[in-house]
This record gives sequence, structure tokens and C-alpha cells, in this order.
Amino acid sequence: MEPSAYVVLSAILFTIGTFGVLLRRNAIVVFMSVELMLNAANLAFVAFARMHGKLDGQVIAFFVMVVAAAEVVVGLAIIMLIFRTRRSANVDEPSLLRN
Amino acid sequence: MSAVASLAPLVAQAAQTSDSVGEQTAFWICGTLAVVGALGLVLSHRAVHSALFVALTMINLAILYAANSAPFLGLVQVIVYTGAVMMLFLFVLMIVGVDASDSFAETIKAQRGWTALLVLGFAALLIAGIVTGMSEMTSIGLDEANSANGGNVQGLAFLIFDRYLLAFQVVAAVLIAAALGALVLAHREHLQPRRTQADLSRDRFKSGQHPGVLPNPGVMSSTNAIGNPALLPDGTPSQESIPLPLRVQTAEAASAVEEPRAIERGEE
Repeated sequence: MEPSAYVVLSAILFTIGTFGVLLRRNAIVVFMSVELMLNAANLAFVAFARMHGKLDGQVIAFFVMVVAAAEVVVGLAIIMLIFRTRRSANVDEPSLLRN
Repeated sequence: MSAVASLAPLVAQAAQTSDSVGEQTAFWICGTLAVVGALGLVLSHRAVHSALFVALTMINLAILYAANSAPFLGLVQVIVYTGAVMMLFLFVLMIVGVDASDSFAETIKAQRGWTALLVLGFAALLIAGIVTGMSEMTSIGLDEANSANGGNVQGLAFLIFDRYLLAFQVVAAVLIAAALGALVLAHREHLQPRRTQADLSRDRFKSGQHPGVLPNPGVMSSTNAIGNPALLPDGTPSQESIPLPLRVQTAEAASAVEEPRAIERGEE
């Protein structure tokens, strides 16, 4: 199977993730969309690793997964902190720093 | 999860022979399901449904990794993403509120239309670039690289602990820092000192209300019926010993008896 099929699929998933980030207002859903984008990039890495016949792409995808896990931990802690003080997970509301 | 684990070697085996029918089938089924899950994430109103759709996408991506001769990454994907990350998301959703459904009201004028336009343009650009740029390319395949060190896991281990050792250590530090950061962020300081049982007891006596148990009805009285007030040590009946509803009922009955007399008097 030609590698471009996987890369096109990864592009589609990445685009849907972008759509979610731009469209949704719930911070948790925005965050899940970011996770989807990371996964789409991982799929491209894995497909390229196979295309080039080297395992380096898979190692990078592995590191991306670890960093994504760390990012989820900190991000969800921040969302919980904001929810605790503002009683809302809406990304439009925390505009305290605007003025 | 065990189903995916047992499926991974099969799919990987199917991927060994390039351009096999098995891989085509896996790609079209899992790719379609992954896109469906991604669309469900964006379009479902409730955040919990979004989380479950993402889990669907993650599992299908795991199968696709396995089909791309990356069985280790496929299993890591299932364990880390569907196992840990999505469950973390669901836990946070449980705390933040499952019913916190998203409002689709536009805060920026015509945001949805512009977003759709931009995203479609972005997708068209990406896909056109990929299709024109990669149409001639063929896959070398990972059979050789995987078998060089005895398998996919061994090959990855040789890379991680040799060429990418520094990156591996930095990533480990990042992970520890993130865990500590989450602990610090989620920690809640007490604004006031915690109220002990002694404080609560002191408050109860300070409020001026009867601090102890009220006397039971009928105690030291001629009968122990519930409407019969208890006699205090000095012989006076205690109205507090009668339950409040009964006290109200007796008062109402007394006034009802009083009223007709008043009317009679008024007629006179």
C-alpha cells in the first residue's frame, strides 16, 4: 500500500482537529482536539518511518506520545484550576488578563 | 484491549507482504472509523460523547500503527491514549460536570462559516501537496530494519538507548516535572484553619440554643403518651418536650374551638 494513503488520512485527521480547536468553546473538547492533531502527526511519522525503511520515525512518534501525556496532565490540572475558581470550562470566559 | 493485542501481530503479518488485500481492508475500515470518531469529537454536543469518540479514533489509529509495522507503538497507543489519557479526560469531565454541554452560540460573528472555509482550504492544500508530492514514492518497508536486531521492540530499544539517549532522558525529566506541576496546580491551600470538633462544640454553646437533648414527652408524668408534656424536676410541664408538629396541631385545634365562640359572640 502506497505511503501517501496514510499521510492523506493523517492530514484529514489533523484538519478535523484544527476544526475542533477553532469551533468548540469547551476547554476540554479543545484539548481533545489538540490530542487528535498530535495523533495525526504520529500517524504521519509512522508512515514515513515505513516509507524510508528506518525506525527513527517510530522513535519520534514514541517521544511525541510521552510529551503528549505530560501535556495532558498539566493541561487538565490547569483546566480544573480554572473551573474551581470560575465554575466554568468555557474558553471565552477567562478573559481576566485582557485589560 | 486484548482483542487489539491479538489482532496486532495478524495485521502486522498482513502488512509484511506489500500491497496486500489485508492491509487495504484494515486501512479502509480503520481509517473510516478514525475519521468518524474525529468528526464525532468535533460535532457532538456533550463533552463525554466527544471523549468516547476520541477513544474510538485512538483505537483505530493503534490498529493502523500495527499495520505500518509498528506493533510496539500500536500497543503503547492503546495503553497510553485509550487507557490513561482518555480515562484522565473522563475523570476530569466527571469533576467539571458531565452536563456541562457546550453552547454552540457564536461569540465571534460568522465564526463557523469562516472556520469551515479556512479548514476546507487547509485540507485541500495539504492533501493536494501530499498527493502531488508523494505520488511517485513507494515504501521501502520495515522488514529489514525490524529483523536487524531481532524485532520491532529490540530495534526501537537500540535506537532509544543509543542514538536518542539524551532525548529519552530529557523526556523523562519533562514527565517528572509535569507530574509535580500537576500536583502543585491541583493542590488547594486552606484559606482558614480547619474547624475541629472542639470549635464546632464551642459554637453550639455560644449560639444560645439548648445545647443538649430535649426532654422526652411523658417523662415523670402520669402517662407517657406523645402529646403529654414531661414534668420538669420542679413539677412544671415542659412544652419543649412535645414534638413541634404536635404542638402546632394542638394550638390549631384550640384556636378552631375558640373561633366559633367568637362568631357566636359577634352575632350576639
